Amino acid sequence: MAQTYRSQLIDPLVDNNPITLQVLGICSALAVTSSMQVAFVMALAVTLVTAFSSMFISMLRNQIPSSIRIIVQMVIIASLVIVVDQLLKAYAYEISKTLSVFVGLIITNCIVMGRAEAFAMKNPPIASFIDGIGNGLGYGLLLMVVSVFRELFGSGSLFGITILPTVNNGGWYVPNGLLLLPPSAFFVIGLIIWGIRTWKPGQVEEREYKIQTVEAH
Amino acid sequence: MPEANEQKGLIRRFLEMPADSVSKTVIVAVVLCLVASMVVSAAAVALRPVQEENKLRDKRVNILQVAGVYDPSVPVNEAFAAFEPHVLDLSTGEFTDQFDIETFDQLAASGDPAIVRALDEDPAGLGGTMQVYRMVYLLRDDQGGIDKVILPIEGYGLWSTLYGFIALEENGNDIFGLQFYQQGETPGLGAEVDNPRWKALWNGKKLFTEDGKLAITVAKSPPPEGTDFYVDALAGATLTSRGVDNLVRFWMGEAGYGTFLERLKAGEVD
Repeated sequence: MAQTYRSQLIDPLVDNNPITLQVLGICSALAVTSSMQVAFVMALAVTLVTAFSSMFISMLRNQIPSSIRIIVQMVIIASLVIVVDQLLKAYAYEISKTLSVFVGLIITNCIVMGRAEAFAMKNPPIASFIDGIGNGLGYGLLLMVVSVFRELFGSGSLFGITILPTVNNGGWYVPNGLLLLPPSAFFVIGLIIWGIRTWKPGQVEEREYKIQTVEAH
Repeated sequence: MPEANEQKGLIRRFLEMPADSVSKTVIVAVVLCLVASMVVSAAAVALRPVQEENKLRDKRVNILQVAGVYDPSVPVNEAFAAFEPHVLDLSTGEFTDQFDIETFDQLAASGDPAIVRALDEDPAGLGGTMQVYRMVYLLRDDQGGIDKVILPIEGYGLWSTLYGFIALEENGNDIFGLQFYQQGETPGLGAEVDNPRWKALWNGKKLFTEDGKLAITVAKSPPPEGTDFYVDALAGATLTSRGVDNLVRFWMGEAGYGTFLERLKAGEVD
């Protein structure tokens, strides 16, 4: 094994973050980051689904015919997502109301499929499980950072606790409505990616093309 | 070698098949689908009672809140026992017992043709049909007279259908409260329909003028009838406010609870 379990857990947090480096799972990161509580539950759900789907897929990896491997992965992921959705509806009803369709959309979260295809198909179950947890945590970390910005400046609160009393509730803070809308996550994530790549220039991708210098005549 | 093959178990032989052969592909697909469907349906069936309980509890909490009697320290079902559910026939404005109270919600949710009528005009954006039987709740005072009635209302805002309850005083004219339990309006703008400060504006407003005209209005400026009939629209959410205005006026009007409210005003409901 080239990687230790420890590095498998820690690498995806910054060095190999699924959102900022691999640019996977952006869609749900836009949708659920307007409040920290929802983002937290989503991160937890994605981490569990990624870990367990990677583990099951890895256990079956030598038996999965390559012609139907994507379908097999989808069936396993979809079943796990439905189970998570049912569990949320039963034990976290309020949150499942706000998450609504986004739990179902974990199925289409590129991180889950991406890890299954890129890692779990070639590695043993325990390593795949830890890889899933690590990538889920990397996703979750970024979700939490984005939602701190969006909830604090969009609704003046963190985890639903008022920090900046808003004008609507008789306070002084005029909330930035844009931050409550999904597109604002693009700006926040974009700025974070810029920040991380300035800090770690190794993450900057090579250009796929090169601007030619015009020859002087 | 056939003999060696027979000595191995069925599973062993299956595992040793080349992963890409046609028969293995079919077997893997079938077995996986069977197992996955069993896991999913087991989870759904096992958790259904808890989920139904949550849904019911959520609805009851909303009814308690709109009637202003919600107290988090009292068990919901205990507090809810004070409410009297009735199925109301909108066309006659009378309670009917042709439906079973226990199963009425499921019947309503399934859009049963027996309780749905097509609409010619649809100002509340209900999708062309409305339920003509509705489950309503009465809260009685100590003497057994009606204290408040809680009526379900719904209609389209900007992005979503808003579902909620309106609580009226026993005279069928004074609004006690209004609350939506499900909506998907713009966060920070239209979703402010859930803001307690805005909901508090409804308290004490009147539906009808003295000559019986429906006057309640959600708008940016008060209607000619006066501020008793006026709820200030949400800032920055013109279309959601208009949706709320339309749906309240629709359900309080003749096509909605109008007949029932007439009877309530005349003291004919008990």
